[in-house]
Amino acid sequence: MRFMLLFSRQGKLRLQKWYLATSDKERKKMVRELMQVVLARKPKMCSFLEWRDLKVVYKRYASLYFCCAIEGQDNELITLELIHRYVELLDKYFGSVCELDIIFNFEKAYFILDEFLMGGDVQDTSKKSVLKAIEQADLLQEDESPRSVLEEMGLA
Amino acid sequence: MPAPIRLRELIRTIRTARTQAEEREMIQKECAAIRSSFREEDNTYRCRNVAKLLYMHMLGYPAHFGQLECLKLIASQKFTDKRIGYLGAMLLLDERQDVHLLMTNCIKNDLNHSTQFVQGLALCTLGCMGSSEMCRDLAGEVEKLLKTSNSYLRKKAALCAVHVIRKVPELMEMFLPATKNLLNEKNHGVLHTSVVLLTEMCERSPDMLAHFRKNEKLVPQLVRILKNLIMSGYSPEHDVSGISDPFLQVRILRLLRILGRNDDDSSEAMNDILAQVATNTETSKNVGNAILYETVLTIMDIKSESGLRVLAINILGRFLLNNDKNIRYVALTSLLKTVQTDHNAVQRHRSTIVDCLKDLDVSIKRRAMELSFALVNGNNIRGMMKELLYFLDSCEPEFKADCASGIFLAAEKYAPSKRWHIDTIMRVLTTAGSYVRDDAVPNLIQLITNSVEMHAYTVQRLYKAILGDYSQQPLVQVAAWCIGEYGDLLVSGQCEEEEPIQVTEDEVLDILESVLISNMSTSVTRGYALTAIMKLSTRFTCTVNRIKKVVSIYGSSIDVELQQRAVEYNALFKKYDHMRSALLERMPVMEKVTTNGPTEIVQTNGETEPAPLETKPPPTGPQPTSQANDLLDLLGGNDITPVIPTVPTSKPASAGGELLDLLGDINLTGSPAAAATPSSVPQISQPPFLLDGLSSQPLFNDITTGIPSITAYSKNGLKIEFTFERSNTNPSVTVITIQASNSTELDMTDFVFQAAVPKTFQLQLLSPSSSIVPAFNTGTITQVIKVLNPQKQQLRMRIKLTYNHKGSAMQDLAEVNNFPPQSWQ
Repeated sequence: MRFMLLFSRQGKLRLQKWYLATSDKERKKMVRELMQVVLARKPKMCSFLEWRDLKVVYKRYASLYFCCAIEGQDNELITLELIHRYVELLDKYFGSVCELDIIFNFEKAYFILDEFLMGGDVQDTSKKSVLKAIEQADLLQEDESPRSVLEEMGLA
Repeated sequence: MPAPIRLRELIRTIRTARTQAEEREMIQKECAAIRSSFREEDNTYRCRNVAKLLYMHMLGYPAHFGQLECLKLIASQKFTDKRIGYLGAMLLLDERQDVHLLMTNCIKNDLNHSTQFVQGLALCTLGCMGSSEMCRDLAGEVEKLLKTSNSYLRKKAALCAVHVIRKVPELMEMFLPATKNLLNEKNHGVLHTSVVLLTEMCERSPDMLAHFRKNEKLVPQLVRILKNLIMSGYSPEHDVSGISDPFLQVRILRLLRILGRNDDDSSEAMNDILAQVATNTETSKNVGNAILYETVLTIMDIKSESGLRVLAINILGRFLLNNDKNIRYVALTSLLKTVQTDHNAVQRHRSTIVDCLKDLDVSIKRRAMELSFALVNGNNIRGMMKELLYFLDSCEPEFKADCASGIFLAAEKYAPSKRWHIDTIMRVLTTAGSYVRDDAVPNLIQLITNSVEMHAYTVQRLYKAILGDYSQQPLVQVAAWCIGEYGDLLVSGQCEEEEPIQVTEDEVLDILESVLISNMSTSVTRGYALTAIMKLSTRFTCTVNRIKKVVSIYGSSIDVELQQRAVEYNALFKKYDHMRSALLERMPVMEKVTTNGPTEIVQTNGETEPAPLETKPPPTGPQPTSQANDLLDLLGGNDITPVIPTVPTSKPASAGGELLDLLGDINLTGSPAAAATPSSVPQISQPPFLLDGLSSQPLFNDITTGIPSITAYSKNGLKIEFTFERSNTNPSVTVITIQASNSTELDMTDFVFQAAVPKTFQLQLLSPSSSIVPAFNTGTITQVIKVLNPQKQQLRMRIKLTYNHKGSAMQDLAEVNNFPPQSWQ
């Protein structure tokens, strides 16, 4: 996978994870372009499209588009499963996740993604395992400072 | 200094902004506060501030001043700080910044940290965005972690190693020892990431690939793991819709593909498991289909046995019928990849594929179109073309150019008849005329020229097409050219294919002039139109003055190209009028420079019922020109009279002969353009040994001269001479031109020359120039014989002559044995 984007129907970026070194300017350009292409798709169309030299797999969950750019030899159908798995993880963590959760807790969304994928590939295929790791890492954070201080910092 | 506001607080505030300007103001204010906080080196709130900065960065605002702060966070002892610090590094830093190298030491320390989650953070950061220098520095640490017993770290180390190898391929060797036991793990995370690592290594290095095949016996191990996954019972931890760890299954299948590629042993070892997966996987949900898809890709790529391949294609066929359009898309893509190698199997699904042309989805349509073109052959051309033309009508503009090109190509290869071919071209030009590629115009013109018997029909249809609308440039260009060439056929109403229309010369000139004047016409199109008008000066009879006037007007055109043409044409009228008719003669049949290669015999694939046109006897009407004309021209000095093609073929004849340089033709002045002279060409009775197999080869790109001619027959005042030509490109073909002359005082009429050759030869007799051998050697009949002599045997021929002379019917048989060796060796 080259990168993953999460964005709203209004074209607001909610998460961007790049697995290939690209400049900020280039990233902005690609994001803008891809968002335009994906948002222009009609609901009946298939989840795959060709864009530049990549294959793009996207799926809409409620108000959010989950968009992955994969390479020629990657399997599109399993990428859909991968996206779904990520949404499931978010759902389990936040409890019925919605866009607001991801807006206000974007760093947590990143932490979960980084526990699930690395370099664009799946680290662990067990949902339980990934969630457990996140949980324990969160605990570690909490142990460092009591919850109230974390809340004060606006990080809990 | 009050505590910086909390992250969630900031987010809430920014979201209340009603305009972009308001938001920008808030952001700027907060950035200023953050900057001063950074300046104060405040450890407590650094984490909070960087987090806010990251949020603002996601909104699109610059955050580079936070880069160093990320490094400070990474260096902190607190996990909370490190978490945000590494996240910030991954978002704000990339390997282009020099700053990122400062991370290396921190990461090194963290890779050896006592807390696995810190180690995890370090591995993740390195594995996502580590530069080559960092990777080089830290590869050793990663390798160490690859050998740890902690599966949490081991799986991350494996993926980190993948990144290191991608950045610094030379380091691959160093990870080899650590891979030895990776697949013995029970932990699915480690298994999965190990397979990814092995895949990366095998893909990058053929040596590694060979090593893993032979020494490590990777294939049996993978087969075992895959089997366990399929056979094992329900495992809740890795289950997705009833399938056990589909991610791992797919990755294993992919690695098997690489191992099995071009390797018989490996392919055989995985045969059974592939069949098992292909037949046992549940297909009701996307996840099952994802596995089947990967399986199909693997089967098609390795050296699988044919039964397995058929199984794979059938899976794809079932995919095509799936309601889920994603599945259909994937099927079309895969079929496109396999259509070359497993053509017949894919053909079976042709109708489903063609249905996909009507799909709403653009990606599916494109795939279906590409696949449809790949499946067109002589058998299905009519049906397929109908669908493709319909598609061309209704598809999005982005497809039209490709579709038009594809249709032309397919039509050229498999056209069942000339009429059909012309009709198809017309259809494309009229429906998608403006999307046709520029290079298609000359190709089409060449095609039309070569479809000799269709000239009248073609020009009529083209004329009608542009009457209504002359905005589509490629259409107008082709039409203008044809009208210029065949305008005489148009006004004489000679069309046989359909109802001839009544057109006057003035009406034709009207339309051409409209094209010239129109703003829609490009310069190129105007050039075509002007030249066409000029050509008509020798084909039309009543309107030459009008043509002269038009041409002289454009002598002062602003367009230099037009001006030049007009001036030259004017000169032609004034000073070189005697040359005009020769210069503007009918174009001869042109040599085809096809991309398919010159010797491709068009497959008719069992299409034995010829279309109605083909079964017509050789027409006595306007005679088409054929290859022989060109040969005659090249021999120089012969009458250019049209010649009937021998057998009406169901294959489009590809012509031989050179494209004549118009000016080079000056030597042949005196003979009118090879316009139809219907009365002079007789019906020939076709001798039974005629073959048309030679017609698809372009002949005589090179002429070898210098073969002595012979007198084949000389009796009763009738003398027949043979002259020879051989082609350098095809030495089995000899072309013999016979010339019959008559030294008696009376003409020989109804002259028919027939010839027969031994079995090992093939013969083709073209039409004679006339049937009258004039008396006193005042003229000759010329006729061309083509002999195919693949075994290079000595040429022998028996000839039969019949004619009327002095009121009585004459007949004679003779043998010709004095062929010079150069004519057949």
